[in-house]
Amino acid sequence: MPSFKRPNALIDMPTHYCPGCTHGIIHRLVAEVIDEMGIEGDTVGICPVGCSVLEYVYFSCDMMQASHGRSPAVATGIKRANPDKFVFTYQGDGDLAAIGTAETVHAAARGENITVIFVNNAIYGMTGGQMAPTTLPGQFTQTTPYGRDTVREGHPIRVSEMLSTLDGVAYAERTMTVDPKSIANTKKAIRKAFEIQKAKKGFSIVEVLSTCPTNWGLTPLKALDWLKENMLPHYPLGVYADKGGNE
Amino acid sequence: MNKVLMKGNEACAEAAIRAGCKSYFGYPITPQNEITAYMSKALPKIDGGVFVQAESEIGAIHMVYGCAGSGVRCMTSSSSPGISLKSEGISYLAGADLPCVIVNVQRGGPGLGTIQPSQADYFQATKAIGHGDLKIPTLAPNSVQEMVDMTVKAFEIAEKYRTPVIILADGLLGQMMEPVSFGEIENNAAQYPYGAYGHGNKRERNIINSLYLDPLKLEEKINERFERYAKIAETEAAAEYDKDATIVVAAYGSTARVARSAVDKARAEGINAGLFRPQTLWPFPVKQLKEATGNAKAVLVSEMSMGQMVDDVKMALEFKLPVEFYGRQGGFVPNPDEILKKIKEISNN
Amino acid sequence: MNKTYEILTAGFGGQGVLFGAKLLAEIGLLDGKEVTWFPAYGPAMRGGTCNCSVVISDSPIGSPVVSHPNLLLAMNGPSYDKFIGIVASGGKAFVDSTLADTSASSAKPADGVQVFNIPATKLALDNDIVGMANIIMLGKLIKETGFASAETVEKAMKLVTEGKEHLYDLNMKALKIGAEY
Repeated sequence: MPSFKRPNALIDMPTHYCPGCTHGIIHRLVAEVIDEMGIEGDTVGICPVGCSVLEYVYFSCDMMQASHGRSPAVATGIKRANPDKFVFTYQGDGDLAAIGTAETVHAAARGENITVIFVNNAIYGMTGGQMAPTTLPGQFTQTTPYGRDTVREGHPIRVSEMLSTLDGVAYAERTMTVDPKSIANTKKAIRKAFEIQKAKKGFSIVEVLSTCPTNWGLTPLKALDWLKENMLPHYPLGVYADKGGNE
Repeated sequence: MNKVLMKGNEACAEAAIRAGCKSYFGYPITPQNEITAYMSKALPKIDGGVFVQAESEIGAIHMVYGCAGSGVRCMTSSSSPGISLKSEGISYLAGADLPCVIVNVQRGGPGLGTIQPSQADYFQATKAIGHGDLKIPTLAPNSVQEMVDMTVKAFEIAEKYRTPVIILADGLLGQMMEPVSFGEIENNAAQYPYGAYGHGNKRERNIINSLYLDPLKLEEKINERFERYAKIAETEAAAEYDKDATIVVAAYGSTARVARSAVDKARAEGINAGLFRPQTLWPFPVKQLKEATGNAKAVLVSEMSMGQMVDDVKMALEFKLPVEFYGRQGGFVPNPDEILKKIKEISNN
Repeated sequence: MNKTYEILTAGFGGQGVLFGAKLLAEIGLLDGKEVTWFPAYGPAMRGGTCNCSVVISDSPIGSPVVSHPNLLLAMNGPSYDKFIGIVASGGKAFVDSTLADTSASSAKPADGVQVFNIPATKLALDNDIVGMANIIMLGKLIKETGFASAETVEKAMKLVTEGKEHLYDLNMKALKIGAEY
């Protein structure tokens, strides 16, 4: 029987995340994959600007803190100079799909051999709940107080679908972390993405639908329900690109 | 010493490679394109060479951040509007104490301005290259040979003090060809021990970071950094200058070449003029200027701008000497006769 | 060579204005002189007007931008019109008379400027070396100025045609045609 213990790739300390936030789970899944692949010593992680800005405190591998949205460019610089090391970015929706769109799209188009963990919770968490590029139509945020009006505020971006049109993308999957099964699936996707990187096949991204109970104004449990009811129809789960072949 | 004819831009790229810089990230912009083109041709042929044409200047400078952060010597180059875009990354590089070399082959601004030579980024380079308390050592070559020598020097300063270094050239230096010698350039590149390149389970993890939420820690970090800046100011400030001149013409980069001609013409006409040419703009060579002006009754600053070095000259002289200015803008390079005329005016006063 | 040459070459983009200037700069370098080569660079890559400053001197060179050339190489009418007036007194101007009619131009040289008309484009066409009018012009310039020894010119030509050896003979032929015109 497997025992439940802290992955070595995570440092033993409490995180700063709000109750019910799924960042902690996703950190753990990345750390478990690093442990299982035995690559902690060969891995460099890049943390974004946003709620997970302090991620470098939690991971026990070498870490780099990047400016807002630039992680894929930073990852490019690391990976090109150190092609045999594992490089992952961990980015929120504002970081990846608003201020860092150019860096994301071009790293993907170049087929940079890096892994992107994209946490999509449809809102800006750290700055207090403003509209994100993935905020749903009609969703209330601090800067869409009347609900996101697609005429005024435009439409949300489906990142996995968009990136899957690029030839450089070897793997793109959207998952969620709402129950044990979906958490297990997310881990499987992250493992696949790292394996793709190990095989030097190109850009890999796992988009994880995530909750923000604090800024959504919901309890952690209700937030999970809200995700399933509102985000899933707009952001269908699934594999959008897979050039990895058989495992 | 064997000399070859080369453009300043190409010579800079070749010098960087000889000094052991195998990683370059850039984005096309005139008048620095020869650096990018040279790197794109040369680096793929070198073992471990990395060339990336980034999606933007912003992308390029953050690739530099990642590469330098992983402990690998690297550089980027651009021209004025592109340097504005790099400003964010330069601040992060300074905040994370990462060495790298940034070449600015200046063109005219503001805005899209012109692609012709200019020196209007002096303030940007020496006073406000990015947000936060920071200084960036800024070297000012005035010939193709110095494009080589200062590129080598820039990596040395960058790694010794863990700071980005700017080479502030201009379109004239980038585009002109002159005979140049590479001499013996030592390739002493080695991975920085503080880099985040995977700890290999052999050392403590390395973290590259500029975030300090604890005010005490940030204050301490900034103070430590400014101690390093003080050392740089003490040891790296450099200038070339005549002594005992009555009228001192202060100019850097391309304008200093023109000023040299003007000063020589003035001397031929019996005016005791001299040239002061800063080779570092930050740190500004204060002691050297004082020495150069020991016998002076006035200083004439000449730049391809509205006069951005003037303040540094006045402060270095503690406002004790009259400081005049002659400049051209719009992409014009002043000619020696224009500066000579101004020297004569001052001489007759 | 024992003086400062301030040379301006000018013409349409594509006429070899920069290449010709580079040959002159290489000659200067081989003769152990101080040399600068500076192109007027701009957004027009082909077909626009183009000019290049070359300074060759015994002493360190201040500005590489030539404002009063003592040697002008004008490869077309607009270049002649634009630059003939700034040629220093005592200077020489070499004009491709196939493409520039100096007698019809309203621009006039200063006193003491010697103008040489060479139908370089036509000579290139007649001799089956189209595109080498610039080198024909240089052949004339080198002959009229005593600019450099034949040996230095050959060496410089080898340098600038490095990697394109088949062009060396054609260029040497062009120089000869110009010199003998």
